[in-house]
Amino acid sequence: MTSNSGSGEKPSTPLLSLRGVHKSFGAVNVLRDVNLDVWAGQVTALVGDNGAGKSTLIKGIAGIYPFDSGEVAFDGEPVKITGPRQSNALGIEVVYQDLALCDNLDVVHNMYLGRELKSGVSLDETTMEQRARETLDGLSVRTLKSVRQVVASLSGGQRQTVAIARAVLWNSRLVILDEPTAALGVAQTEQVLNLVRRLADNGLAVILISHNMNDVMQVADNIAALYLGNMAAQVSKSSVNHQQVVELITTGRSGDLGLQQAVAL
Amino acid sequence: MSTDVRLTTDDGIVHEGDQSISEALSAYGNKIRGGELGSLPAFLGLIVLVVIFGALKGDVFLTSFNFANLLTQSSMVIVLAMGLVFVLLLGEIDLSAGFGAGTSAAVLAVALTQKGLPWYVAILAALATGALIGLFIGILVARLGIPSFVVTLAMFLGLQGLMLLIIGDGGTIAVKDPVILAIENNNLSIVAGWVLFAIVVLGYALTSGRRILQRRSQGLTTQSNSLWLSKVIGIAVLYGAFTWQFSKERSLNPQATSIKGVPYIVPLILVLLVVLTFVLSRTAFGRHIYAVGGNAEAARRAGINVQGIRIACFVICQVLAAVAGILFASRDNSVSPSTGGSTTLLYAVGAAVIGGTSLFGGRGRVWDAVIGGLVVGIIGNGLPLITQQAGIQFIVTGLVLLVAASVDALSRRRSAASGRA
Repeated sequence: MTSNSGSGEKPSTPLLSLRGVHKSFGAVNVLRDVNLDVWAGQVTALVGDNGAGKSTLIKGIAGIYPFDSGEVAFDGEPVKITGPRQSNALGIEVVYQDLALCDNLDVVHNMYLGRELKSGVSLDETTMEQRARETLDGLSVRTLKSVRQVVASLSGGQRQTVAIARAVLWNSRLVILDEPTAALGVAQTEQVLNLVRRLADNGLAVILISHNMNDVMQVADNIAALYLGNMAAQVSKSSVNHQQVVELITTGRSGDLGLQQAVAL
Repeated sequence: MSTDVRLTTDDGIVHEGDQSISEALSAYGNKIRGGELGSLPAFLGLIVLVVIFGALKGDVFLTSFNFANLLTQSSMVIVLAMGLVFVLLLGEIDLSAGFGAGTSAAVLAVALTQKGLPWYVAILAALATGALIGLFIGILVARLGIPSFVVTLAMFLGLQGLMLLIIGDGGTIAVKDPVILAIENNNLSIVAGWVLFAIVVLGYALTSGRRILQRRSQGLTTQSNSLWLSKVIGIAVLYGAFTWQFSKERSLNPQATSIKGVPYIVPLILVLLVVLTFVLSRTAFGRHIYAVGGNAEAARRAGINVQGIRIACFVICQVLAAVAGILFASRDNSVSPSTGGSTTLLYAVGAAVIGGTSLFGGRGRVWDAVIGGLVVGIIGNGLPLITQQAGIQFIVTGLVLLVAASVDALSRRRSAASGRA
C-alpha cells in the first residue's frame, strides 16, 4: 500500500507513529498493516465507514485492546502500549463518545474524578477549582457560568467541553476525540470544533474521529482514511477535496490516492 | 471582600465579590425551584408535626422531659439511617440492617453476660460482627453481582435466625453493664453540656471560617463575612437554646430523682454526623461514593475501584447498624429476638428518604438521616399521645413514608426537567 505524506511543512518527527500495526479478534482481521503519523500542534482526522477499524485503532493506542504486532513510536522512541496506564503515562488521553461524566457531581469534581488532589486526608478543593478554572480559561472556554455547577445542568456542548478539558488537565500531549460533535446542534458543534482547533494551536496532538465531512474539512490538518481495516491514505487536507475524501472512505481509493489494488474482503 | 473574582448568577449578570446573605437566599430559592429540595420537606414536616402535636397535646408533648425521650427514642433509627445513606447513595439497599443491628446487639449481650467480658471488648465484638456481616453482603453484591435487594432479603431472614441461635433458649438477655446502659439513659453534667455547646459553635465557626479564608486567598468566590457570621450566630442561638432547655430540671418528680443535662446520645450523634459528613464530602473516598452512585461506568473508567467502594459502603452500613444495636441494648436494658426487627428497618429507610436522600442513588447526606430520623421519631412519640389505636399509627406513618417517596420521585423528575438531576 502507499501512503501519501502530504505537504512538507510538518515538524520532522511525528509525536505518535504507528508502523505496520495488526490487530485481529479471533479469525477477524480488524486492522491490517496500518501506518499512522500524528504530529504535535496538528489535528489528524481519522475517518472511515462503520467497521473500518477506527475504534479498534484508537483502543490500541489507548491500550485498551493492545495491538497484536507492529511498531509504535512516541516522541521518536519505540514504546509498547499494553494497558491504559501506559498510555496515560505517555500523556495520551481519550474522550469517548459517551463522555463518562457523573451527572450528580460538579464540573471540578468531574475533571478530577479518580485523580483528586489531596492535602492530608481531605480533598484540596481550592487548588482543584483554581486549576480547573485555569484549564478552561486556557482553552478560552467562555460558555461555562460556574465550575461549581453540577454536570446535569450543562448542555451537550458544555459537557463535551468538560470532557475535553478533563483530558487536557493532565499535561496530556495527545488527545483522542471520538465523534465529539455527533450529538450536538449547529452552534454547539461550532464551539466544540473551535475548541478542538485551540487544542492543536496550544501545541497538543489531536486525533479527531468523525463521520461528518464538514467537521473534518473545517478543523483537520491532515486526514487518515481507514478502509476495511487498511489505511487507505493519510493525506494533508490542503491536497484533497471533499469528494476525494468521501471516495477514500467508501472505496478505499480516489484516483492516484489510496489502495492500489482491490482489497480482499 | 476579595477582588478579581468572577461570579455569574443565573440571569447571566457577571458581578464581583463574595456571596452575600441575599444572594445566598436567592441561590437557595433557585435550587428549590430546580427540584433540589434537600432537607427542606423534612424540616417543614418537623415544624408542622411539632405544631400539630403541640396544639393537640401540648401539656405532655411540649415538655423537655418528652423531648429528651424523643431524642433517645429516635437515636436508633437515626444511626441506622446514617448507615443506610451510604448504601442508598450507591443506588443499593440493605434490608438486613435492622436484624444486623439485632445480631450485633445479641453478640454484645452474650459477650457481656455469658462471657463476662468488659464493656469495651463487648462493643468491639459487636462492631466487628457488623463489619463481617457488611463484608459478606458487600462481596456478594459487588463481586458476584447479585442485586442487593435479593442478597439483603436473604440476609434479613438469615440474620434473624443467626440472632435466635446467638441469644439461645432464654429468649431475652438482660443487659446490666452500667456503661452500656448509660449511653441511652444518662445525661451530661450541666458544665459538660455547655462545654459541648462551646465546642460545637467554635468548631463550626473555625472550620467554616478557615475554609472561607483559604478560598479567598486563592481568589475564589466564597461566602461574605456577614453570611458566615449570621450562620454562626444562628447555630449558637439554636443550639444554645437547646442546651439551656436541657440544663433545667425536667424530672416529673424532682424530689425522687433529678433529671437534667444534655443526653449522652446528643454528643454521640453529633460526632457520627461530623465524622461521616467529613468522610462523604471532604475525602476522595466520599467523592468516589457519589461518583459510583451517579455513574458507575464513568467511575470505573476514571480508575475508581468500584467494587471496593461498594463493599466499603455495605461494611459502613452494617457497622453503623451495630452501633444502633448497642443503642437498642442500652435503651431496652436487654436484647431479645425482636431487637432491630418489626418496623425498625423500614423506619430507618424512611428516615433517610424523608431527610432527602434519594432511593435512586447519587444524592444524599448524613444530615438527612438526622432530620428524617427526628421526623419519624416525632410521629412515633406524638401519635400515641393523640390516639391509642395502633392501626391509625401504622397508617399515618405509612402515609408519611409515601409522601416522602413521592417528594423524592417528583423532585427527581423536576430536577431532570430543569437539568439538575
